[in-house]
Amino acid sequence: MSTVTYAGTSVEVDPEGFLEQPEDWSREIAEQIAAENGIDELTERHWLVIEFMRGAYLENGTAPSIRTLGKASGVPIKELYQLFPRGPAKLAAKIAGIPKPRGCI
Amino acid sequence: MAESQQQPEPIEKVSIIISKGSLEGVYPGLIMANGARMEGIEASLFFTFFGLDAINKDKHEHVKVATVGNPGLHLATWAGGFPGMSALVTHKLAQEMEKLDIPPIPEFVEMIADSGAPLYGCKASVDLFGLSEDDFIPQVEDIITVGEFYGLAAGGQIIFT
Repeated sequence: MSTVTYAGTSVEVDPEGFLEQPEDWSREIAEQIAAENGIDELTERHWLVIEFMRGAYLENGTAPSIRTLGKASGVPIKELYQLFPRGPAKLAAKIAGIPKPRGCI
Repeated sequence: MAESQQQPEPIEKVSIIISKGSLEGVYPGLIMANGARMEGIEASLFFTFFGLDAINKDKHEHVKVATVGNPGLHLATWAGGFPGMSALVTHKLAQEMEKLDIPPIPEFVEMIADSGAPLYGCKASVDLFGLSEDDFIPQVEDIITVGEFYGLAAGGQIIFT
């Protein structure tokens, strides 16, 4: 575990950069994580996915699968891959400040 | 950690061959392809022989578990051959998969195509079975030869299932 400073706040992250405490998250932190991962600007469509992921995690304790994300977030799978080119479920989870999804699907 | 320690090169591209037409023959390749895309790895799928059923418009909804000659099921051969057994086992498995959020084959194939992984049919098999492009789902990019497959797979890993 290591500590990183995002938007003036120091937060604990796992070796892959996922926040250890989802409650440390803020929109400013999300923007910084996104920029570090090659997404310079978070559009409304990005936020739709990020908020859906966060909501699903806080409600169920697990991140949604890519299938659920495509069906229920309002952003279809094709677009998910355009918004988050290096793997939508994992990158969106990282930006949303929730643990790395561990599902195979 | 020592600077000099060499990290293995990450996998950047996979070309996955699906050659079997049973449910348990089709899913592993689909899961590998979808999993690759989820990790941001470039992927393509090549369907050959009975694996073509997974992209065949009339057959992709009817891919079944092989209940005869499948020791993994621990079912007596005579019982496996019982009429309706394959449909029953397939139905049970589909229910379990739905619980794990694993989509049925037609939806899964479409998901993978939407993730940006191109789908190809094998020309030799298409000719052998007397099929044409019209027999396949619209997401299929092309019917290609084995030579063309190797060309497309260049620079990546090939996974045969």
